[in-house]
Amino acid sequence: MIDRDQVLHVMRLARLRLTDEEIERMTGDLSSILDHIEKIGELDLDGVEPTSRVVELENVLRPDEPRPSLPREVALAEAPDTDGIGFRVPSPGA
Amino acid sequence: MSNVLDLTAAQAATQVRAGDLSAKELWDAYRERAAGDGLNAFLCLADADAPDVAADAPLAGVPLAVKDLFCTEGVQSAAASKLLEGYKPPYTATAVERLTAAGAPMLGKTNMDEFAMGSSNENSAFGPVKNPWDESRVPGGSSGGSAAAVAAGLAPWAIGTDTGGSIRQPAALCGIVGVKPTYGSISRYGMIAFASSLDQAGPLTRDVTDAALLLRHMVGTDDYDSTCTGHPEEIALPTAERLDGLRFGVPPELTGEGLDPGVREVFETTLGRIEELGGTVTDVALPHSGHAISAYYVIAPAEASANLARFDGVRYGQRAGNGDLRSLYEETREQGFGPEVKRRIMLGTYALSSGYYDAYYGSAQRVRTKIAGDFHAAFESVDFVITPTSPTVAFGLGERTADPLAMYLSDVLTVPMSLAGIPAISIPGGLSHGMPVGVQIAGPAFSESKILDASYALERAIGFDGSPARA
Repeated sequence: MIDRDQVLHVMRLARLRLTDEEIERMTGDLSSILDHIEKIGELDLDGVEPTSRVVELENVLRPDEPRPSLPREVALAEAPDTDGIGFRVPSPGA
Repeated sequence: MSNVLDLTAAQAATQVRAGDLSAKELWDAYRERAAGDGLNAFLCLADADAPDVAADAPLAGVPLAVKDLFCTEGVQSAAASKLLEGYKPPYTATAVERLTAAGAPMLGKTNMDEFAMGSSNENSAFGPVKNPWDESRVPGGSSGGSAAAVAAGLAPWAIGTDTGGSIRQPAALCGIVGVKPTYGSISRYGMIAFASSLDQAGPLTRDVTDAALLLRHMVGTDDYDSTCTGHPEEIALPTAERLDGLRFGVPPELTGEGLDPGVREVFETTLGRIEELGGTVTDVALPHSGHAISAYYVIAPAEASANLARFDGVRYGQRAGNGDLRSLYEETREQGFGPEVKRRIMLGTYALSSGYYDAYYGSAQRVRTKIAGDFHAAFESVDFVITPTSPTVAFGLGERTADPLAMYLSDVLTVPMSLAGIPAISIPGGLSHGMPVGVQIAGPAFSESKILDASYALERAIGFDGSPARA
């Protein structure tokens, strides 16, 4: 179960904005999904290691040598707003 | 010469290499067919002019449909999201680049569920795809456009991605072959990330030979994806005619209640065919597989909520909001994401939030360990695990959109293999009331060549006719 206040809290954490109608629907949808998910609580998982990777892999390292990367103008080409040097956004303090 | 559109991709490649067919003729035939797409399978098409392909390229210029999840330089790569509408990446995904280099030029980008989240293709911001067997039904998802394009003969073959069943389930619902390879065998570089510990690219094709041929040229290590292991050996083209000595395990946990009678009938007929070909069929236990959907719908949304944080209107894609930075983020995401994407971000953010992390994400990752252990134990006594791919045939457009949980349960038979990271194929087993039924065969990590070989023998015994969908 999840209530409306929790939905509002999670919405803020996720940087989403939902209408009142969407919040109501989300509360119901998430509650029924979480009810289903909570069945895993029935399992005895004491001492079971959580999976961190499915295929065993050692650390993958490469020499720390500079390589060419995207030219600045290419990296900025799809930006919604740019000053030609970086990505432009409103001041976080505004 | 027969109609070029009736050839499998491998047959077409052979004819081109033998000089019996020109790559240009093949390209023109498919480019024209794809331009007449009435299924909404394609989101965009390549220029009409046939691309240059090296004369000795192994894939001989056979055109390829590419899921919109793959970044392709200078070509819209939107993951079927409004948020990325118009986005033209500055680079191409490794899997696509490898196939282009091997001689399979891109025919177009295919429709999908937004950010690969869905099992019906109804979550696309650009409208649903229709199933070529019955246009009132879904093609499955999330690689629905790729599956429908191949089934309808709009493309000779296609690539998609599979996180919890997104290649296998649409392949099953459209009556074609789909392979989810071992996690890590194909680079994920340039695949717009959904759930990074699960996402894997793979082929969607008309038959098993085409799948093997395409897969052979997709696998391989990549400096740009350190989780990519490649494959220990080259994928072999299948030749088996018999299944002598091969043991197929049927997990009762996944094949009990909940299967449509028509799906069960095709599945049981297929088991009979395995025995006729010399294989054995036994029960094999996967005791924790009943909890796979629960674990998956914690792990995948949790990873998605982190991966989709990058869509904030700052560096690429659409931007909304005129106020402060926080409003810019929130309004961009409010307007850019569809309802299912928002639902998964919410679910994942909740599961990872302070106080809930261990109860949800921690437990789900422990269940994942148990599920992988179940398969490991099963493969001590059998060579393959076999199930239907989907509990039902293709359902009607709109039928499951009101109930997200019902939609999630569409993946009940494919998610366990995804969590275990093992390879699995879906091949057409037959029809139920005129709609295709898929059969799924899974094996241990890196057993793709064995799976493909067994599937090839079975495919020949089944003799499935996909031509009605290409009419």
